[in-house]
Amino acid sequence: MSRLSVTLSDLIQRGKKSLVVYVVAGDPSPDQTVALMDTIVDAGADVIELGIPFSDPEAEGPVIQKAHERALENEISLSSCLEMVKSFRKKNRQTPVVLMGYLNPIEAMGYEVFSRKASESGVDGTILVNLPPEEIVSFQGSLEKNDIEPVFLLAPTTNEKRGKLICETSRGFVYYVSVKGTTGRAEIDISEVGKRVEFFKQQSSLPILVGFGIRDPDTARQIGSVADGVVIGSAVVEMIDLYSPSSEEMLARVSDFVKKVRSALDGS
Amino acid sequence: MSASFEDSDYKYMYPDERGHFGNYGGKFVSETLMGPLEDLEKEYLRLREDSFFLDELDEDLRNYVGRPSPLYYAERLTREVEGAHIFLKREDLNHTGAHKINNCIGQALLAKNMGKKRIIAETGAGQHGVASATVAARFGLECQVYMGSEDIKRQSLNVYRMKLLGADVVPVSSGSRTLKDALNEAMRDWVANIDNTHYIIGTVAGPHPYPMIVRDFQSVIGKETRKQFLEKNGCLPDVLVACVGGGSNAIGIFHSFLGDSSVSLVGVEAGGLGLESGQHAAPLNRGKVGVLHGNRTYLMSDERGQIVQTHSISAGLDYPGVGPEHALLKDIRRVDYVTVEDAEAMDAFRRLNLLEGILPALESSHAVAYAIKLAKKMKKEQSIVVNLSGRGDKDIPTVAELDGITI
Repeated sequence: MSRLSVTLSDLIQRGKKSLVVYVVAGDPSPDQTVALMDTIVDAGADVIELGIPFSDPEAEGPVIQKAHERALENEISLSSCLEMVKSFRKKNRQTPVVLMGYLNPIEAMGYEVFSRKASESGVDGTILVNLPPEEIVSFQGSLEKNDIEPVFLLAPTTNEKRGKLICETSRGFVYYVSVKGTTGRAEIDISEVGKRVEFFKQQSSLPILVGFGIRDPDTARQIGSVADGVVIGSAVVEMIDLYSPSSEEMLARVSDFVKKVRSALDGS
Repeated sequence: MSASFEDSDYKYMYPDERGHFGNYGGKFVSETLMGPLEDLEKEYLRLREDSFFLDELDEDLRNYVGRPSPLYYAERLTREVEGAHIFLKREDLNHTGAHKINNCIGQALLAKNMGKKRIIAETGAGQHGVASATVAARFGLECQVYMGSEDIKRQSLNVYRMKLLGADVVPVSSGSRTLKDALNEAMRDWVANIDNTHYIIGTVAGPHPYPMIVRDFQSVIGKETRKQFLEKNGCLPDVLVACVGGGSNAIGIFHSFLGDSSVSLVGVEAGGLGLESGQHAAPLNRGKVGVLHGNRTYLMSDERGQIVQTHSISAGLDYPGVGPEHALLKDIRRVDYVTVEDAEAMDAFRRLNLLEGILPALESSHAVAYAIKLAKKMKKEQSIVVNLSGRGDKDIPTVAELDGITI
């Protein structure tokens, strides 16, 4: 079991909801990513989800697309993402880091090389948006060997049969996508999400976390009442862009927001 | 019947049940799309056995599209080249002026049968957008076409034409603002609107079952060519030549001939300013295997796995990927993939105008250019069929600009 599984099951035992926060590596600039990760952890996040920038981020809404574009302008590659994790790990050995992204940069590096380097850098898991469990076969071995947990996604359109496969293949947690759509859409039907999470709970012993479109502390609280935790992405990425002219203000705003989400979740 | 789906009796059975063409293809999409893709596949596999559906398709291909398209012997071109006989499969004479309509008619009928009231499409040069807008009007469907904001600037005529057809053209200003980004945006739309929307992908790329569906609808080109050539000449042609961007017209004409070992198949990629310049769109010649737009295939990507800008004089070939079936056909060496540069394509464009009175699309001009080169090296009794996939009216502004003429 990696740091990811241990951390999340520990939270469940303590009756706490998990908070995962997403930022794109190298956005707004490469030298700010580690400071952002530290700030987010200090403000109460349990897991960092670090986005690997890609030229064609198919599943992202406009906010995160732009973050990918900014990071690519900063020449961020998969190797530099791993360097950032390595440097985050110098001070932080507890907080799990999950890389989120698309398959092509990883295939370009090679599954074996990626898994080894990611593990050496202190990465705990992956969320690969365009890698369904059916296609993981050639990748699974090297991930397992290096103790990296692949997290898979469930969607509103996932049927029972696929749900079973996803829950069986996923490690660490299962990520329930709360809306039909791209990241950052804010039209969540909480009771529908609750029903779906409850349904998939019967197929999975893993925690189920919900993401896509959770934009404020109150929504996080409501989702927290029906799932094991939440993933917040676009809301933070938007803030990073808005306040990026002043690094100090950006970190303060992000910290403030994450703290509010944390306390909303703790109250749920 | 021009639209039937019976396979010939050769042992080429792709894709497999998971949508793989050997190492290529597959379904590399976000989870939200996996269910809808399964539904689409199920519905398609049912309908392609359904005689009512096939009759409806056949009727529209004949009376709306104008099929079968002629197989024309380019006598003056042949004489001037002094080599093998050159025939042209006249897809440019289809309604809307290109092969794209074959697929759009089929997919619009699919959408209708699945009860989807809205269709979306991506377009580069605008030909697939126009064909999609056309079938939307024909079947009374709502239509949105995603188009890169750069392409919108370059193709204002087609943009206006789509509007006349009642479609809504949505500018895409993310990424490189061209075809690949339009495809990303169409996928995002589809994820959000799967309940009422069918996505008509315009080429043999994308996640399974699209490469199979588009191939099947386009394979009417090869079926007709085979029959027409046999009737005319009592034998099969020696070589088939087609241009390859995503690869739908090429798969369309090749497919019925894959089992005929006497027929050489040549796919022509856009060599742009030359392979050495890096300014081209030739993933099968110079690309790397990777994953984009839902399938594994050859891609134009850098050493970090980022998709790179491509270049071709023809917008329809200006795409960094290629259909997964072409990737397989390259590996098993059933098809030769070559390149033709911008200047050579332009030269062929002019020659076909002057010698045959035919205005080819710049895409198709790549295939004509290669056929001219090849014919010279072949015996006079041999024959080449070129898939003339579209007409070039849309390219007149581009060509005029190169000639320094403002229209």
